[in-house]
Amino acid sequence: MRSYSNTYIFIFSAIMVITVAAILSVAAKTLQPYQKRNIEINKKQNILTSVNIESTAKDAEDLYKSYIIESFAINTKGEKQDSVDAFKIDMKKELAKTLTERNLPIFISSLNDSKQYIIPVYGKGLWGPVWGYVSLEEDLSTIYGANFAHKGETPGLGAEIETKAFQQQFLGKQIFDEQDVFVSVSIMKGGTANPNSKYEVDGISGGTITGNGVDEMLKDCLSSYESYFKTLKAEPEMIIENVTDSVSDESQTINE
Amino acid sequence: MNAEKEPLFSSKNMKLLTEPLNDSNPITVQVLGICSALAVTVKLKPAFVMALSVMVVMAVSNVVISLLRKTVPPRIRIIVQLVVIAAMVILVDQVLKAFVFDISKQLSVFVGLIITNCIIMGRLEAFALSNKPWQSFLDGIGNATGYGVILLIVAFFRELLGSGTVWGYKVIPESVYDFGYENNGLMILPPMALIVVGAIIWVQRAKNKKLVESN
Repeated sequence: MRSYSNTYIFIFSAIMVITVAAILSVAAKTLQPYQKRNIEINKKQNILTSVNIESTAKDAEDLYKSYIIESFAINTKGEKQDSVDAFKIDMKKELAKTLTERNLPIFISSLNDSKQYIIPVYGKGLWGPVWGYVSLEEDLSTIYGANFAHKGETPGLGAEIETKAFQQQFLGKQIFDEQDVFVSVSIMKGGTANPNSKYEVDGISGGTITGNGVDEMLKDCLSSYESYFKTLKAEPEMIIENVTDSVSDESQTINE
Repeated sequence: MNAEKEPLFSSKNMKLLTEPLNDSNPITVQVLGICSALAVTVKLKPAFVMALSVMVVMAVSNVVISLLRKTVPPRIRIIVQLVVIAAMVILVDQVLKAFVFDISKQLSVFVGLIITNCIIMGRLEAFALSNKPWQSFLDGIGNATGYGVILLIVAFFRELLGSGTVWGYKVIPESVYDFGYENNGLMILPPMALIVVGAIIWVQRAKNKKLVESN
């Protein structure tokens, strides 16, 4: 076998590295638009699932358009942030900010002649992030639907949070108690939840840490919407006005 | 097969394709690539995509290394092999993310783990570095098929017994569940993959006496 000089080895590795880098960056750039679209569709599908609408990658966009009537961001005081696009908000980045600086997205859907408030949640599981969407009925306390996803929880254990069976337990649960105090929904150890309680669901046996992660995620994320909910509840007429306003708002700004 | 193409598929070359299916199967005989066999075989679909991805990565990197075999300095050959495999894996990952997003979500970290699949590295080192591109290509396809077949067999049993489905379709009728049948949760967990692989090795050796070591 021929022996190679050090210079040859250096030149060889330099050329190799540059070629590989060039190929990879070209591939990444050309495929990026497709990937972005997939991620967007996936997000829409997740939002739709949280109001119990099944969608496929193909019809997700249309369904999203027809059911999600409004989306906007608020801050923790409950004031609307008009400059922010709710759909583009990255929850991970928002949660890294201090409470007062956070932009909190809300999506509003219209189903069965009533409105649902869809709230994104984001937290930590056992192996990586867990996230999802929780939708509330018009009373802003009853859960209309929930959808959770995860990056890499253990299949068969923590990953079960992705299943219908787990998510459907949340339907009809309350996040505010009778005194209107925020209590969230607690995820108990598998099989120990009181079936009559409106604030408890069963966790997954063997997936306790993931369950705790989801539990904390719900408490953290939903509680930051508390003041917004309070203002909505305090002035029920305002909600209706706001909705009609938001349509005419645009024409006003043009006039201005 | 006409005379012109004959050397391409000569019996010696065909052996490269067929041997890894049985006599030198990378999983059941060489016992390589076990970790991915455990990880992606809960359902058939991801197992199939994994097998396909490994096949692409293995065939292409085998050819690339084989083309470069006379220029690669032996002192850095392992690094060169790794770079080629890693580049291929990233490409496959990007393509999956762009065109089959659902499956790429399921495979998530496992695609990245193809880099550490010892079968690929093993074939580059043992075969591609000293053979012509065409033979290396066949060797890559052969070994990837041998790997994929085992993956699919394991995934078939784990999905059937663990989730009651095949390729995502329910095959065990509801009435059976009414009689008290339950999906075996243990099949979903990684240890059962090892046991199924063990069972496959057993069956294979019972049929193929060549593989039985003499004491």
